[in-house]
Amino acid sequence: MKWRSARRTATNAVMTGLCAGAVIIAVVPLLSVLWLVVSRGLRSMSLSFFTSLPAPVGEVGGGVGNAIVGTLYMVGLACVFGLPLGVGAGVYLAERGDGRLGQAVRFTAEVLAGVPSIVIGVVAYGIIVVRMHHFSAIAGACALAILMVPTLARTTEEMIRLVPSTLREAGLALGVPPWKVSLRVVLRTALGGLLTAALLAVARAAGETAPLLFTALNNQYWSFRPDQPMASLTVQIYNYAISPYEDWHDKAWGAALCLLLLIGTLSIVARLLHRERKGS
Amino acid sequence: MRPRRTTGARLGDRAFGALLRVLGSSVLVVVGTILFVCWRLARPAFTKLDVFGFITGSNWDPVQESFGAWPFIYGTLVTALVAIAIAAPVSIGIALFVTEMAPAGVRRITTFLVEILAAIPSVVYGLWGLMVLIPILQTKVEPFLGGVLGFLPLFKGPPMGFGYLAAGLLLSIMILPTITSVIIEVMRTMPALLREGALALGATRWEAIRMVILPYARRGILGGVILGLARALGETMAVTMVIGNQPEVHASLFAAGYTLPAVIANEFSEATSDVHVGALAGLALVLFAVTFTLSAGARLLVRMSQKPLGARS
Repeated sequence: MKWRSARRTATNAVMTGLCAGAVIIAVVPLLSVLWLVVSRGLRSMSLSFFTSLPAPVGEVGGGVGNAIVGTLYMVGLACVFGLPLGVGAGVYLAERGDGRLGQAVRFTAEVLAGVPSIVIGVVAYGIIVVRMHHFSAIAGACALAILMVPTLARTTEEMIRLVPSTLREAGLALGVPPWKVSLRVVLRTALGGLLTAALLAVARAAGETAPLLFTALNNQYWSFRPDQPMASLTVQIYNYAISPYEDWHDKAWGAALCLLLLIGTLSIVARLLHRERKGS
Repeated sequence: MRPRRTTGARLGDRAFGALLRVLGSSVLVVVGTILFVCWRLARPAFTKLDVFGFITGSNWDPVQESFGAWPFIYGTLVTALVAIAIAAPVSIGIALFVTEMAPAGVRRITTFLVEILAAIPSVVYGLWGLMVLIPILQTKVEPFLGGVLGFLPLFKGPPMGFGYLAAGLLLSIMILPTITSVIIEVMRTMPALLREGALALGATRWEAIRMVILPYARRGILGGVILGLARALGETMAVTMVIGNQPEVHASLFAAGYTLPAVIANEFSEATSDVHVGALAGLALVLFAVTFTLSAGARLLVRMSQKPLGARS
């Protein structure tokens, strides 16, 4: 009998160890990526890295200034269309989304979040690049906006549903029409959460590469025009990384560090906002 | 008698409701747009090519306008399968660790780390794969595997670092957070009395997991794995940076290959003829259809696994 119970305990210990091992298998590559991005990226860091244009091979210096601007520009432009549609869809789902249409929208939003971003790039190409007969920043922004909408809708809905129903009921009990309750009571309370959802969507859009490859293409110069190709951090990392030049590989790590700093800051701010709300 | 609401407020309700309905429908419009635009782009190709030859042919030659997509389909499937084979058990292990085994502090740290794994952009994973994973594979792992298991066709051939194995490994790291978070979500909705009942009857923690928790979460785990599969099928940048981009079919995992998203990424910006663009758009349509169906099926599975206790299917 004792033997059997010892075996069961041993099995339990082995399995616990295996599960802990699984965690380590996941954590080791993560730490490796972060460590290398920071250590190799810092080597390329300098003020001029943030502010100058890419230099030709072999020339010292040069940076990703135009790529940083390009990423911010295109993500910002994407927000102009993506935020209202995405947040609006989320508000719809939370406030009036319990019927058949709401279920269809919710299901579609969930499933769309799993569609490869490259397919969205093809769509943006078909909508804009084909019409304009050349690549442009607005095509890239269009792809990013389409990408934003489904995830934004779901996260926005979750954030709004966090608002206690007692607030809504109190408003209705006082005779406020339902639409005013939705707008001025529920949404106002959920504003912080909506900001969190928006920041997270922006962070995700900033990290996209594939849809930009044949919409915004890339640009080696400063560009602020929506109808011309535009550089982006992600595409620049890709171009530097697949090149055969060692100094460009270093720049790839530097650009990757920039990108992670950007995304990290957005995500941290988003989480801090969220925590503040839940605490209050 | 019910007091009548003023016309203004009723109008406000209807207007607000209509506005919200329009905004909500934008999601449905997105799906329709994807299908319509891809179809319109793909049409020039499919008036000239036949679908069967497209899917089974192995010769992808844009200059000659011969488009056989089988190498890409094969590469996509192989890398995704390798990724799932590694990521599925690891994800289950992590999920079990987080929900059942870890103390509160460790649980928070682990969840946080898994979230960070999910937030790293694909191109950064590709960069790491190119600079770190491939040298390790080429100098240590692949020679080892070739030495020990070289009799299997899976591990034959010279170790180059690039190839299906590199892409599969990188993909497995990237889909881990997807699968793990779904499984954790499913396990969290499990009624505590299931676990407590098993433990009360004298089961060890592992026995409670094996006999009660895992069977309960079975559908959700499958759903999570399918979701990870969908993600692996569509992943573009990291794969194209480490797979070698050769439109060929080989049995060995050490060989270089190509995937559907990778060929679209590499060729689309330079595709000049309508047929070429159309063929690539056709590939995009295939990708969309497959990932959409898989994701839909997975979501349904996860939802079914969260049925309340007592409901029999």
